[in-house]
Amino acid sequence: MAFISVFNVLGPEMIGPSSSHTAGACSIALLAQQMADSPITDVEFTLYNSFAQTYKGHGTDLALLGGVMGFSTDDRRIPNAFSIAKERGISYKYIEADPDPDIHPNTVDIHITCSGGRSYTVRGESLGGGKMRISRINHIDVDFSGEYSTLIIVHYDRPGVLAHITGCLSEKNVNIAFMKLFRETKGDIAYSIIEFDGTLPEDAESQILRNPNVQDVIFIPIQRRS
Amino acid sequence: MDFKNAQELLELCKKENCTISSIMKKRECILSETTEEAITAQMDHSLKIMRESVAAPINSPKKSIGGLIGGEAQQINRHRLNGNSICGPVLSKAIAYSMAVLETNTTMGLIVAAPTAGSSGVLPGLLLALQEEYHLSDSAVIDALFNAGAIGYLAMRNATVAGAVGGCQAEVGVASAMAASAAVELMGGTPEQCLHAAVSVLMNFLGLVCDPIGGLVECPCQGRNAAGVAVALTGAELALSGVKQLIPFDEMLLTMYQVGKQIPPGLRETALGGCAATPTGKKLGCSICHK
Repeated sequence: MAFISVFNVLGPEMIGPSSSHTAGACSIALLAQQMADSPITDVEFTLYNSFAQTYKGHGTDLALLGGVMGFSTDDRRIPNAFSIAKERGISYKYIEADPDPDIHPNTVDIHITCSGGRSYTVRGESLGGGKMRISRINHIDVDFSGEYSTLIIVHYDRPGVLAHITGCLSEKNVNIAFMKLFRETKGDIAYSIIEFDGTLPEDAESQILRNPNVQDVIFIPIQRRS
Repeated sequence: MDFKNAQELLELCKKENCTISSIMKKRECILSETTEEAITAQMDHSLKIMRESVAAPINSPKKSIGGLIGGEAQQINRHRLNGNSICGPVLSKAIAYSMAVLETNTTMGLIVAAPTAGSSGVLPGLLLALQEEYHLSDSAVIDALFNAGAIGYLAMRNATVAGAVGGCQAEVGVASAMAASAAVELMGGTPEQCLHAAVSVLMNFLGLVCDPIGGLVECPCQGRNAAGVAVALTGAELALSGVKQLIPFDEMLLTMYQVGKQIPPGLRETALGGCAATPTGKKLGCSICHK
């Protein structure tokens, strides 16, 4: 984790009432919507455990929907998220999952459908104090926080792919902070998650895509602090 | 330039002959590779949000989402303005202000978590009341916020500020320790006195449980923010008078953390014990669920 800033102590600046149930939920959705490739038309939230039990009283539903529409934790439009979503023609639905002690208390699965056809599910866990982590994309378990600039590379699990990716990044002088590969079965689809300092040079994405085993590259810029 | 505990912080203050806030500002500049102007501007922005979050419920109160609170800050402020307060100008104002922030929070208004949303009233409540009553500048209050940030940072680094981990003593307790230390610096006290004030607060809140009715940040949270202001002001008064605490800050913080872990899980933000488990608390909690 990055160092504890004074603005982590006095912060986040947030729409209340709860850093874990409101601000953290918003941050998860805000990050999830950055993986969309075209306007979002449809979103379904599956809420687990404490999220499922207390989401109405904490405005978790509004914060999640606001995040999906690109609102950050301090956006005063969050309380009006339902009406804004209707205006934008986004349909939304909340599902309360049965209690599951194996899942983190404040967990949500966000299933997003875009107008261009892309459809994906992101699982996020709200860890307290507005902090969160993404723990699953589609059916693959992953782990990243959005505290750094993040590259998500969807590729076939074949030899040489990672060397190609790191080669592209090193050529562009990108300083990698953390890097992990997540896969379900050998040789099948894998996700490489790379967290790094600074921003991504313009043509890095297209360079990475040149390898035939690379399916998709998603870049998520660093989330604004506090 | 960093410090891991209060002892190192005090040594830095002594070596550089400066306040806790100036050490905290230097640390922030170095570690986030930015300038003093930038962090001062950011803190000024936080201060503006704090001020708005105090004003709104006093001028036009609203009922909270859970329906358990709303209107208390205005009521207390009226009582004060009518000359009926028995607390005196600083404390009566600070109580009203701290409770106002909690009302803003529970009506989905914009607040600054300090260090958490549930304890976000104590620090702005006390500092803004002091600023108004003693006609202090914004830049003095901004420095005081950096001072509070140093105490909160140590609590986050070496203990916890999560009610689910350490109970309310880790939330309102730490917020009040931050406010006490900030108030001491704001009123001209030394770095040592700041820490004595913070120790006094942690000592007085030791063991306080987190037991929100219906699991919501409403009751008893709002009243505890008001109590936090009073305990913080007491700690600051003691310290500014030259009264010293026997236990050093680092030891007090550690014991707060250890006590927190010993609090049964039912009394750590699960809404299974304490106020939440009283017959009335249960009834109110149920009515929220079925809304």
